[in-house]
Parts: sequence; structure tokens; C-alpha cells
Amino acid sequence: MAINSHLALKDHLRERRLVNARLIFAALFSVLLFTGVIIRLVVLQVVEYDHFDSLANKNRVDIEPLPPQRGLIFDRNGVVLAENMPTFSLELVPEKVPDLPGTINALTELLQIDEADLMRFDEQLKQNRAFEQVTLRYQLTEEEVARFSINRHRFPGVDVVGRLIRHYPQGELFAHAIGYVGRINQQDLLIINQQNYKGTLQIGKTGVEKQYEDLLHGTVGYRQVETNVQGRTVRELHSEPSHPGKDLYLHLDIGLQRTAVEALAGENGSVVAMDPRNGGILAMVSQPDFDPNLFVSGISTKNYSALRDSPERPLYDRTLRGHYPPGSTLKPFVALAGLELGVVTEQSRTYCPGWYSLPGHSHRYRCWKHQGHGHMNVLDAMAQSCDVYFYDLAHALGIDRMHNFLDMFSLGRKTGVDIPNESGGLLPSSEWKRNSRNQAWFPGETLIAGIGQGFNQTTPLQLAHAASILAMRGTVHTPKLVRASRNGGQENLQLMPVSEPVTLPIQSADNWQAVIDSMVEVIHGQRGTARHIGEKMPFNIAGKTGTAQVFGIAQDEKYDAETLEKKLHDHALFIAFAPANDPEFAVAVVVENGGSGSKTAAPIAQKMIERYFNLPPELTAEQLEAIASESLPTPSEVVADE
Amino acid sequence: MNELLSQPRRRHYRPLGYWLKNTHIDGLLMLGLLALLTVSMVVLYSSGGEDIGLSIRQAVRMSIAFVVLFIAAQIHPDRLRDLAYWTYGLGLLLLIAVLMFGDIGKGAQRWLELGFIRFQPSEIMKIAVPLLVAAYLSERPLAPSFMRIVAALVIIVIPTVLIAKQPDLGTAILIASSGLVVIFLAGISWKLIFSFVAILAAAAPLLWFNMHPYQQRRVLTFLNPENDPLGAGYHIIQSKIAIGSGGLSGRGWLQGTQSHLEFLPERSTDFIFAVIAEEFGLIGVVLLIMLYLLITARGLIIASQAQTSFGGLLAGSLAITFLVYVFVNIGMVTGLLPVVGVPLPLVSYGGTSMVTLLAGFGILMSIHTHRRMMSP
Repeated sequence: MAINSHLALKDHLRERRLVNARLIFAALFSVLLFTGVIIRLVVLQVVEYDHFDSLANKNRVDIEPLPPQRGLIFDRNGVVLAENMPTFSLELVPEKVPDLPGTINALTELLQIDEADLMRFDEQLKQNRAFEQVTLRYQLTEEEVARFSINRHRFPGVDVVGRLIRHYPQGELFAHAIGYVGRINQQDLLIINQQNYKGTLQIGKTGVEKQYEDLLHGTVGYRQVETNVQGRTVRELHSEPSHPGKDLYLHLDIGLQRTAVEALAGENGSVVAMDPRNGGILAMVSQPDFDPNLFVSGISTKNYSALRDSPERPLYDRTLRGHYPPGSTLKPFVALAGLELGVVTEQSRTYCPGWYSLPGHSHRYRCWKHQGHGHMNVLDAMAQSCDVYFYDLAHALGIDRMHNFLDMFSLGRKTGVDIPNESGGLLPSSEWKRNSRNQAWFPGETLIAGIGQGFNQTTPLQLAHAASILAMRGTVHTPKLVRASRNGGQENLQLMPVSEPVTLPIQSADNWQAVIDSMVEVIHGQRGTARHIGEKMPFNIAGKTGTAQVFGIAQDEKYDAETLEKKLHDHALFIAFAPANDPEFAVAVVVENGGSGSKTAAPIAQKMIERYFNLPPELTAEQLEAIASESLPTPSEVVADE
Repeated sequence: MNELLSQPRRRHYRPLGYWLKNTHIDGLLMLGLLALLTVSMVVLYSSGGEDIGLSIRQAVRMSIAFVVLFIAAQIHPDRLRDLAYWTYGLGLLLLIAVLMFGDIGKGAQRWLELGFIRFQPSEIMKIAVPLLVAAYLSERPLAPSFMRIVAALVIIVIPTVLIAKQPDLGTAILIASSGLVVIFLAGISWKLIFSFVAILAAAAPLLWFNMHPYQQRRVLTFLNPENDPLGAGYHIIQSKIAIGSGGLSGRGWLQGTQSHLEFLPERSTDFIFAVIAEEFGLIGVVLLIMLYLLITARGLIIASQAQTSFGGLLAGSLAITFLVYVFVNIGMVTGLLPVVGVPLPLVSYGGTSMVTLLAGFGILMSIHTHRRMMSP
């Protein structure tokens, strides 16, 4: 009923006529539009056929990207750490090669192309499009280039191409800090602006090379060229030059870097040195290391698995990712917490009988000196690294107050250094234990945490950073590797933007002074644990030794008895800054399984300090001669005219 | 006994037409669609580098789409009309959901992850918008009053803006045009049409400043492709070379150099028309265009024979929007229109739009085959 009345209201026929008239109009209009489209097609395919046909066939217009030159990397003295080396490589464009297997066979006869090259070539051939060039051999010798040039007519679509590839003249020395470039892979393609990487084969993979990829890479240019059937360029139509990437100047000093490697003398471990006044990283060494040049034009599987599977883990950057218990190097920070929070004063004393027990418990926590230190104030306790004093102090502070205070020094968390893959570590708190292990915090664990053992995990970079904060009495500069950049060809350096330094909310200047005095006592005091390194210094050094227990080795690792014994040795640690009252230099040393911090780690820091301040090292005559002949550059700011 | 056995069994023989009618499938339309999909398989084999996998995957998607077509054809147009508001409302909710939690693919937020399936809500709107506008305008006698036209415009503008924001300019244009076509067919006066056009012309600069930079770049590239030869302009330059070098009769199937040497980008999807033009020449593409025009013509005939105004408006809009699709794609590939990213309907590789298009044709068939049953 409703429908009927609804229909009745409308003049059905009139409506139909109206809609049909519009439909006819739409049909005519469509025919008109498509007549236009067909006219367009006639113009393209008939009128301009010759033009487009020649574009497509005889002379293909190719747009060739002109990849920019990658920026160089220098140390603080202007010594080149990463450069671009011209090499010749043999490349072919699959679509332009008439008989691919035949060509490759003939080329193998003509030049030395080994199995590895062929395998890599096949792999790339599958990934690339038919019109993209694939490299058959890298780094041709001049003789090979000549031999190919004579026979070039036999190989359409194959060419010798001069390319710049990355080269690290210092080899292993900066492998971890600077990192390396490698071939662009699928993951890289997702994040880069692909337009800007046309023609670029390499991209920063680790370290400074990765972090500063945007600055180093530059902007791509292009040229429009006419090519003949074989794909050889006939003439250039138009070109837009590329803009090279920026050169980078680092805080790192090659002399300090070498000193650190020599001082470590083949031990596994790391040395990080910083300028506490600005956070600039002067040395950053992780041993063992590797040759970054291996990665540049694609590392062979054999080389790579050798590096990856080595039990010494050379690819692992210990400065950024190595987690070590800080051991007694944590004590200055715990002492500062005690003073600042009013738990102890400079004068308050604790008696060390060689052990400590929690009230109401019988378990004895041992001091490293089993016969005991006697009455200790903060100065003595630091100098002699008395564990009992710090057990008592940690107990009085409680884990959470200690955690909140130490956290200000970035211990157990990322420092924000300007290279990727930094790892945090751990500064334990009761909240952390509840959240991650669902367990209550035991008071005994507070004692262990107070001497830097137990759950504490810090990286060498964090230790150097914390030492710098201590040296600057609470001014925090984020650690930085890159100091300045420079546009290619221009003279003046542009300093990298630095964030404003933060000041820690610690009020009393006396507390800073007390802790620093106690650290000076470690090196210059009668009973200091590192007094042997301070004897001939013209100024005071503040430092702290540390020895971290190694709890055991992972179950899946296998060592023969001799290695096993070595791997169970304690880690040796040392932090220091100098001069104590006007600090210019802070350093952290970690020697894996080095035994004692005072015997193994402290002398390494001593050499770093001597090197930085150009102090005469205590060396034998021959060693002196050897160093003199090497004539290391002295650390000084970069001069603009180089 | 023997006699009994040798006696022929009585069976109902029914003419083919009877079965066709009861399946609610329109034979002519079906023929056209199948011809088009055959073209698609043949061309995809060539554009995909003679990889039969691409054609097979397309065939699988086609089968799914035909199931959807078949289902859509069974639904009585009156039921569709009842569902118009609900479909539109659901579509709007999903569009908002996409803007809030949608997946981002190729720099745009178009997809909604439903656990088991990834899904583009803008596809629903391709049907829902013309459906609702047709249902709404046919509630009252045609031609619609000014206020009803304004209301219909609101129905169209909301999803269009939401989709343009994703941003998916191509789909937004198609959805807007599907709704506008209904208003046009419903008999809006010519005076009003010209006033709207005048207002739009005045508002064009405003639109320009609200575009995404990538959309502005596309328009600028369209005006002067040589501006950006490494980037967006490359598409148009290469596509024109491919089309032009096809000539009158083409290079022959599998012989297209531009597409096979991979000079031509997106050659299996948005730029597949250039492959056809290169390999089959002017003759091939004119035949293809004729096929599209014939399918649309059949749609328009169905619209003109529709039982109700609602059916006529909806059928007309679906048929004409299909042709708009074709026009926008070919215009884009031949350099007549900006590159907005619309596939060539039923030929380009890809499943989502094919399902929606065939659902639309299912509705067309339903409108046609349910006619007599509702006669008084």
C-alpha cells in the first residue's frame, strides 16, 4: 500500500524520460571524451610515431645518475681516517650482453675471475634488474684493464668502470668507532631516499659512517644521455652536477688511539678517553679489532664467518656494548651519594675488621683485605678500596636511593653518544628486580651493589662518561665523536651543534672536593691502590681502581683448560681524570680477565695520560727509539690550511 | 520389462535463457567482462616478464570476484535500497578507523588490518556513495529540490574528504564522480550545474593549497614532466615513449621493448595500458576502448530499462563511473591528465578494486534481472 501510493505520487513516465535523457547525454559525452582519447593516441602512435620509435629503438634516452663523492673523515689533527680510493671494476649490463654465459667464459679466460667473484656475481644478477650494471670483478690491476681494453670489441655490454671505493688507511685502528660502509641491502632500501642513492653502491653500516650517513653521502646529480644500441653513450644532452658529502672532523686522536692499542698489548678490553670539558671522545678502542676494508666491497663468507665465530669476538664493540660490573670504580659515586644525602660526613668513620654482617644476620661479607683495614674515613676507604666501609654506606643509603643518585651519572643506561648500537647495561633497583624477575630485593644485594658487583652492568663508555661528570663536578656533556664538518672544497669548519650541558643537582662543592681528594689519594696517597702510577706525574691525578669478579662462563662456550683458566680471571678496571683540580682528560680502562685493576688497568691509563700531556714515558732506550722513528702527530686542533 | 527399461525417462528440458534468468546473470554483460579479463591475463603475462604466476594469481582473484558478482546479482534491488544508509554508515566508521589506526603502505594510510585480512574501506564507499545518493534522491519525485541536492552533496563530500586525507586522490575522485553522476542523472537543472562549475573554478586555488606536497608535485610534474626526470616525470616520459613506439599495429605480444627492458614503471598495475599500446598498437587500444564502451553501453541500457528510478540512477552511476575509471587511467598514462594512481579497471594487476567493480556489475545485473518479478 505504501509502495503503491509512493509510486502513484510520482509521475513515473516523466521521471523515466528525464533519467533517459540524461543517460543519452552521458553516453554522448562519453563518446566525445573517448574520441579525444583516441585522437591523443593517434597523435602519439601515428603522427609522432617516428619520434617515439627512435627514442625507443635507435637512440635510447638514458638518465644516468651521477653519484656524489662521499665525505672524508679526519681525526682531530687532520689525519685521514676514511677516504675514497679510485679503483677499476669490470661491470656488465645483462640486457645489453647478447650471450651471457659465453661472455663470462671468455672473460674468465682473459682475466682472473675466481669462484667467489662468480658466486657473488650470480647472486647480484638475480637481485638486479636487467638494465642495471652488475660488477663482475672489483679492483682490476692496470695490466688487466689494458688487456680488457684491447679486447673490448668482443664484449658488448661489458665495461671497465672507474669508481671510488671507501678505504680506511688506518686499518684496524678505528674499526669500531668509525665503522665501515658496505653494499646497500634490502633493509637499507627501506629507510633511504632511493632517488638520492641512484648510482651509489655503498652506505654506512656501523659507527660514524652509519650515524652521519646523511652528511657524508651528499646529493645525487644526473645526466641525460643518448645511447646507441649497445648502450654506449653517444652524447650528453643535459647534466646536473652532484654535490659531494661533507667531510667530518672527529675528536679522536690517532696518537692516543695507538697508545691505547699498544698499552692493551693484545689483551681483550677497551679504553675510552674523553675531554671532560666538552664530552669529546679522544680515544675509543675495543680490542680485538678487525680490518674494516674487508667489508667495503663485500666481505667473503669465509672471512666473515671467521670474524663472526672467533671466540674473541672482534666484531663486538666492547666500548659501546660490553657489559662489565664496574667493581670498585663505582665507589667514588657511592661515596658522593653518601656525602650528599647526609648519610656520612668526611670525618665519620667505620671500623673494618675484614668482614661485615647485616644487623641480625650472621653471614659475613668479606673485605678484599681479610685481616681488615681498621678505622676508615671516606678518604682512607677510597684510597685503600675498603669494601666494609662501602657495605656499611650502601646499607645506610638503601638500594633505591643509591640507584636514583647513580642514575644521574648515566651508569647502566645509554649515554647518547653519536654512534649507533649503544647498549644500556643495568643499574639495579628494587623496582627493576620486581618488574623483571618478580622477586623482592634482599638487603644483602644492596651491599654487593654498593661495591659495584652483583647486578651492576656498565659499558666502558659509561665509565669514562661518569668519570668526566665527576671531573667537571656535575656538568654533563653528552659524549661526542664528531667535532665539526666541512663542505667539500671549502676552508672553514662548521662545528657540530652541541646540546647545552646539564648540571647535576648536587649542592655542596665540598662534597665534590672530598670525593675528588679521596680519588687523588688513590694515586698519590701512601696507601693508595694505584700509587705506583703517580710517582713521576707533575700534577695530581684522580683515579679509582676496580676489580670485577667473573662469575662463570656461559654453558654453550667451550674452551680448553688453559683458556678456561684465563677466562675466569677477574676483569681489571680503572677510571681516572687529570689534572685533578683542572681536568682536561678523563679515561676509563677495562681489561677483560686482566686480574687486578691496579696492576693491569692503571698502567694503561697512565700511558694514556702521559701521551695526552706529552710526558716522557718511562721506557727502555730501544722503545724510545722506535717511538721516535714513528713520529706520531701531536694532539692539536685542526689547522684550516691543510 | 525390456520395454520399460528402454522407455526414455521423462526429463524437464529448459532453455538456456531460463537458467540464465534464474541465476540473475546478464549474458551480454558477462561476455564483455570475460573478454576484458582475458585481455588482462594475456597482457599480464607479457608485462610480468613472461611469468605465468602473475596471470594465475590474477585468475584466482577473478574467480573470487566473480563469486562476489554472483552473490550481488541475487540481492533484490529493494533490499539494497533498505541497506543503503547502513552500508554508508559502516563505510564512514571504517574510514575514520583507517585514519586513526590504519596501516601505512606506500606512504598512505589506506589499509585496515582485521587480523585475517587487509582491507581498504574506501572500496566500500565506491558502492555505498552512489547507492545512498540514488536511494535518497529517489525517495521523492525527480528532479530533486535544491535542498535535497545540497544534502546529497554532503553525503558525497564527507567520504571524499576522508579518502583524500589518507591520501588517495585517485579513489577520492572516483567516489565523488560516482555520487555526482547520480545527481546529474536525477535531473539537476543545467543552470545549477553551470553555477557549481563556476564555483569550483573559483575554489580551485583553495584546493591547491590544501593538497599534500606530493600531490602538488604530481600536478606540477604533469604540467612539465621534464622538471623531475629522475622522479615522477620519469613515469610520463617513459609511458609516452612506450605508447608512441607501438605505432599502428604494435610490436607484437611479448615484443614490447620498453616494458620488457623495464623502462616502464608500474607496468603491471597503473601503467599497463602503455604495455598494451606498445605491443598491440593503435588498433589494439582502439579495440580495447571499444570493448569498454560496449560494456558501459550495456550498463546504460540496463539503466534506461530499470523498473524504478532508484534502479535507473544506481545502474547509470555504476556504468558511467566504470567509464570514468577508464578515462582517468588512460588520460594519465597518455599524459592528458595528472598521475593520480588509478588502475585500468579489470585489466591492471590487483585484487581489491576488481572485487568492488564486479560487485558493482553484480548489482547492475540484479537491477536488470529482478525487473518483472516486482511488476504490480
